[in-house]
Amino acid sequence: MVNLVWLIPVLPLAGFLLTGLFRNYLSKGLTGVIGCGTILVAFVLSLLLFGEVRQENFLPAVVNLFDFISVGSLHIAFSFQVDQLSVLFLLIITGVGFLIHLYSTSYMHEEEAPHFARYFSFLNLFVFSMLLLVLGSNFVILFIGWEGVGLCSYLLIGYWFKNMDYDQAAIKAFVMNRIGDLGFLIAIFLMINKFGSVDFETVFSKAGSGASVGYLTAITMLLFVGATGKSAQIPLYTWLPDAMAGPTPVSALIHAATMVTAGIYMIARSHVLYDLTPVTQSVVAVIGLATALLAASIALKQNDIKKVLAYSTVSQLGYMFLGLGVGAYTGAVFHVMTHAFFKALLFLGAGSVIHAMGGEQDMRKMGGLGKYVPVTKWTMLIGCIAIAGIPPFSGFFSKDEILSAAFAKSPVYYVIGVFTALLTAFYMFRLYATTFMGGFRGTEGQAHHLHESPAAMTIPLIVLAVLAVFGGFLGVPEVMAPNAHWLGHFLGPVFGGEGAPPSEVSSGTEWGLMGVSVAVALVGTLWAVGRFSKRPELGEPTGFGKVLANKWYVDELYNAIIVRPLDLLAQFLEFFDKNIVDGIVNAVGSLVQYGSRQLRLLQSGQVGGYVLLMVLGILVLFLVELFTGGGGSAAQTLLPSAGNLPKVH
Amino acid sequence: MPINYYIFLSVALFCVGVAGVLTRRNAIIIFMCVELMLNSVNLLLVAFSKMQWHALGRGNPEAGINAQIFVFFIMVVAAAEVSVGLAIIVMMYRNTHSIDVNFLNRLKH
Repeated sequence: MVNLVWLIPVLPLAGFLLTGLFRNYLSKGLTGVIGCGTILVAFVLSLLLFGEVRQENFLPAVVNLFDFISVGSLHIAFSFQVDQLSVLFLLIITGVGFLIHLYSTSYMHEEEAPHFARYFSFLNLFVFSMLLLVLGSNFVILFIGWEGVGLCSYLLIGYWFKNMDYDQAAIKAFVMNRIGDLGFLIAIFLMINKFGSVDFETVFSKAGSGASVGYLTAITMLLFVGATGKSAQIPLYTWLPDAMAGPTPVSALIHAATMVTAGIYMIARSHVLYDLTPVTQSVVAVIGLATALLAASIALKQNDIKKVLAYSTVSQLGYMFLGLGVGAYTGAVFHVMTHAFFKALLFLGAGSVIHAMGGEQDMRKMGGLGKYVPVTKWTMLIGCIAIAGIPPFSGFFSKDEILSAAFAKSPVYYVIGVFTALLTAFYMFRLYATTFMGGFRGTEGQAHHLHESPAAMTIPLIVLAVLAVFGGFLGVPEVMAPNAHWLGHFLGPVFGGEGAPPSEVSSGTEWGLMGVSVAVALVGTLWAVGRFSKRPELGEPTGFGKVLANKWYVDELYNAIIVRPLDLLAQFLEFFDKNIVDGIVNAVGSLVQYGSRQLRLLQSGQVGGYVLLMVLGILVLFLVELFTGGGGSAAQTLLPSAGNLPKVH
Repeated sequence: MPINYYIFLSVALFCVGVAGVLTRRNAIIIFMCVELMLNSVNLLLVAFSKMQWHALGRGNPEAGINAQIFVFFIMVVAAAEVSVGLAIIVMMYRNTHSIDVNFLNRLKH
């Protein structure tokens, strides 16, 4: 099975090619079958692979497919890495990805067949790129997938390309990602320069002895710059909320299964480097924490249901980076997994709500939807509880693992983390209460239209809800039950530790920490439900709330300090190009044209004129010959002397 | 006779030819002027040939022979050229009903 690992990414690629090339001929049903089927088969294959990898005596394998780049001493193979970490990501990507595909067949059903097929081909390409990203056994293959997901996010965010705002959101996502990618690329160059290789194995084994801490810090910081772009961290996070322009399942795919987890994966994969550079680790932790807090505060005042979820994703990604920064790699990956479950659930639930509301996304116009869309309501409730971190739902376990690791590093991290958890619980239940509780505030027509979504949409919701409830039991902390941290045990070989991550705080403290975070989550939940179920926030926010509703004016700040100067520079350069560069070029052109027009007049067509010129030319030659004294012509050597010419008889 | 006489005659003939080509518009006269130039050159060649025979080659039967052979070649080529040139003039007359060369300035378009 390990040798057949290439089948897993090839299947979505085949799906992409089929649906993309034959989009004008395929019916919607067939497109759906191809789109979902390839991912489903890939998921089954991933499960088989997982069965092999979880065995005790499994050794991480590198499957060589072919030589990709071979120049001088640098050899980059196109090869896949099969180990616990990549298999875990394979399961998340194909599993959650399949559910999202299934959901899309129903959600996108109103699109015309060619566009429907275009949508599915992009979706498949997205999954393919992400699989390439997690399977690559060196940084270059990882980078190919990395660029692939960036491209696909652009294509899918701009799926409704007739809307200019959506196009701009797509361009924003792409450009922001490119900024991060540059960092990643430079990091790869630095690696090649120092280690002469980009293979994970070689780089990690040489890192300890082959490079100074300063050099490694540069590499890790640049990798982290890449991660901030892809995983939406300060300062490059602003694209993710705008990415809501795409269809809702795409948001789910970007936020849960693909794309934003790429940065986490990359840092977790190169944890060897990060372990050697404490400075970068602190930076990662601080940036993660700051992003978590900032995004959570913005989410408090958003009224678009998808925007709230988008900022919650940014915030949760901040938690994951906090986990990576404090060395809790298992915790971060664990949170990626649980987050994939509940965030996909929440987004698909939001899609179901939007579907029921006939395209309305503003929560102020919803309210009391619970009785019309019961399945969506219950599954969304589960998702909210999970993300708020209330036991025994999955979010509690993963968040708690990160928080306790953060506490071991520094109590300040912990306090801010818990405060963010409070905000998280608050805004999630604000969303829940505003949407599903109270009375309906939409129009008469919308009230009439309200209905539960079809089975293709509710089944993924239910499956994801089950996962969101029970997913956390894969990582029960040591203090609750010894040796119950299955995930830590599973990932042990990758992150170098046996069983559960070593608890650095005493069990009493850990119970205390858990108690605090649960209490905080409950307080946030009850406060939000109590406040918004009866009197939802309908008016425009004022004071500090206005700052939050406007996202701390970060977009405006970026516009003022980056976009605007660049725009002015571009205007100046355009002026320079149009007037000065083009002026010179055009002047040369018209000079030649004018000259030719004048010279053309010589060609009069009058034979006499030509002959006259010829004669004049010959005369000139004669005169030149005469006055320069004529150097050595044949006549002079033949004739005895020019002065005494002989006679002819 | 001094060689100068031949040279002056030949140059005079040549200049007559050039002047004719430059000033006349009648194709046949231009043609004749061209022949005149050609023949002035022939004359010069023969004169120099004889001069050389006198100067160097009294005992040498081959002295000065090259120029005379050259003249025969020129005469043969001139004969061929005349037939072609006259044919062109005939065609020109058929097309333009005139033998004025200034009518033939339309090649440029």
